[in-house]
Amino acid sequence: MDLAGKKVTLHDMSLRDGMHAKQHQITVEQMVSIATGLDKAGMPLIEVTHGDGLGGESVNYGFPAHSDEDYLSAVIPAMNNAKVSALLLPGIGTVDHLRMAHELGVHTIRVATHCTEADVSEQHIGMARQLDMDTVGFLMMAHMVDEHALLSQAQLMESYGANCIYCTDSAGYMLPEEVTRKIGLLREKLSPDTEIGFHGHHNLALGVSNSLAAIEAGAARIDGSVAGLGAGAGNTPLEILCAVLHRMGVEDGIDLYKIMDVAEDLVVPIMDQPIRVDRDALTLGYAGVYSSFLLFAKRAEAKYGVPARDLLVELGRRGTVGGQEDMIEDLALTMAAERAD
Amino acid sequence: MGDKLKALIIGPGNIGTDLLMKALRSDHIEPVWMVGIEESEGIKRARDMGLKTSVTGIEGALPSVIEDDVRIAFDATSAYVHAENAKALNALGVIMVDLTPAAIGPFCVPPVNLAQHAEALEMNVNMVTCGGQATIPMVYAVSRVQSVEYGEIVATVGSKSVGPGTRKNIDEFTRTTAQAVAEVGGAGKGKAIIVINPAEPPLIMRDTVHCLLTDDPDEAAITASVQDMIAEVQRYVPGYRLVNGPVFDGRRVSIFLEVEGLGDFLPKYAGNLDIMTAAGLRTAEMLAESVETGKFALPARA
Repeated sequence: MDLAGKKVTLHDMSLRDGMHAKQHQITVEQMVSIATGLDKAGMPLIEVTHGDGLGGESVNYGFPAHSDEDYLSAVIPAMNNAKVSALLLPGIGTVDHLRMAHELGVHTIRVATHCTEADVSEQHIGMARQLDMDTVGFLMMAHMVDEHALLSQAQLMESYGANCIYCTDSAGYMLPEEVTRKIGLLREKLSPDTEIGFHGHHNLALGVSNSLAAIEAGAARIDGSVAGLGAGAGNTPLEILCAVLHRMGVEDGIDLYKIMDVAEDLVVPIMDQPIRVDRDALTLGYAGVYSSFLLFAKRAEAKYGVPARDLLVELGRRGTVGGQEDMIEDLALTMAAERAD
Repeated sequence: MGDKLKALIIGPGNIGTDLLMKALRSDHIEPVWMVGIEESEGIKRARDMGLKTSVTGIEGALPSVIEDDVRIAFDATSAYVHAENAKALNALGVIMVDLTPAAIGPFCVPPVNLAQHAEALEMNVNMVTCGGQATIPMVYAVSRVQSVEYGEIVATVGSKSVGPGTRKNIDEFTRTTAQAVAEVGGAGKGKAIIVINPAEPPLIMRDTVHCLLTDDPDEAAITASVQDMIAEVQRYVPGYRLVNGPVFDGRRVSIFLEVEGLGDFLPKYAGNLDIMTAAGLRTAEMLAESVETGKFALPARA
């Protein structure tokens, strides 16, 4: 694979997707410290939101240590060069949250829907564009449809005003060949002015390989997370991806040693558990299940005695999508009752 | 049994047609008019079922409202046109049951607060949202036992049952439902989440209700209240089921529900649409019952 001379924009997820792995309990001080370290390392874009996006604070997804407003208003003024992005899932967050984020200085808004439901994003993408924000359409669980269906949804988001479209492997299920096919078709058919992005999870330890496949197929933005801090087995570990990109001659503008130090000195010490491909995270990738279900399934196992792996496999079989965290306790109750009979 | 109350339905689409099929079985309501804005399958179906029809909007039906003794109108159109429809029909003494998200009138969740609306002689009641109809009875079932500081609902619906209107303005669902969880459900603060799932075959509507209580829960009293309320909703939505719970975890109470529709015009999985039409009809029927027993007097007509 020859990627020499290609340019890519990296986007850090540790302070948003990483919120899942931290049960949304990252402190404001930790956020500012990690974001400052990333800014100094040359990270151009850093996402800061509740794991489930703006307005995600809830019984269902978890109450965060601080509000989105608190995090954003602490991190944004501390940045020298880095821009801050926020995630928004229609059905959870609203345009009111979007306006708040814009007022606090959020540069990039990422409007996320399940990969077949892009038409719920029209009002949010439209509003972000009206506010002249960098506007991203984020198609989650993209492994659940073929590349043609994904393209038609991407075209809807593009028509609403998104200037960048993501193929999002929320379950960490995709193999590199699938990434190539999907990113390739998006690149071929969407407007040349529309950027393409890829968001990976490391559940099959393919975060780096899939990101390389995406870059080769035309992706200009790649999500990852410093030290991999993210849902499931984490996101594509950014310091590793950077080292690989530098060896391949891809320009990412990142100071490798600095990002290695952020990973080792700032992020690893705040982890509640090692971010690794344990059997449950592996099950996510193998069965195609939304990565943030992981800790909910582990808690349900502890409470109801049904193995997390069994829960995750069944949730995959039922075709659950992002946001259905409530179905984990429900299913554990049902399976525990069946097994008691 | 006295004479049935005569009703007009605006909007011959999926919701209006499903409502019509349910109303034709009612002991208290007699649908007599179907109003559309053009010739359509829905208008033809209504005509075949013996209704008078208008294809020129509400204007086409207004001259006959008094003569045909129309007392109730169901609006299954959109928030945008509801205001006009309501104005014209209210002026003729017709009570509006609003199935759009316009929310001009007060929120109505039949087993919770319909009786109050009937006493207050409300001329326009709003049926909140499908997620609200499915979950607010449960929030109320908890809050009538003890104080609920915070109520949160998660509605998961099959992709095929979510129409373009809802999709274009999904924030309206989130906001309106959250507001009604607090105002009608009795929670100090309300939050609503909607998840759309495209699985095939389509999943039956699922709803989860989480309540955070001010004090430790009286588990027996809450469980009994929830079960009573399930039975109350089942009177008009037989496929309303408690799947799991109430589950108690400290001061959190969680209730897991499934809503299967009757499969009249809409498929059975679309419990979210069925509970709207059933709640709308139930509202009209309860008004009719109040009229029959003399508890409620219809607006006077010359």
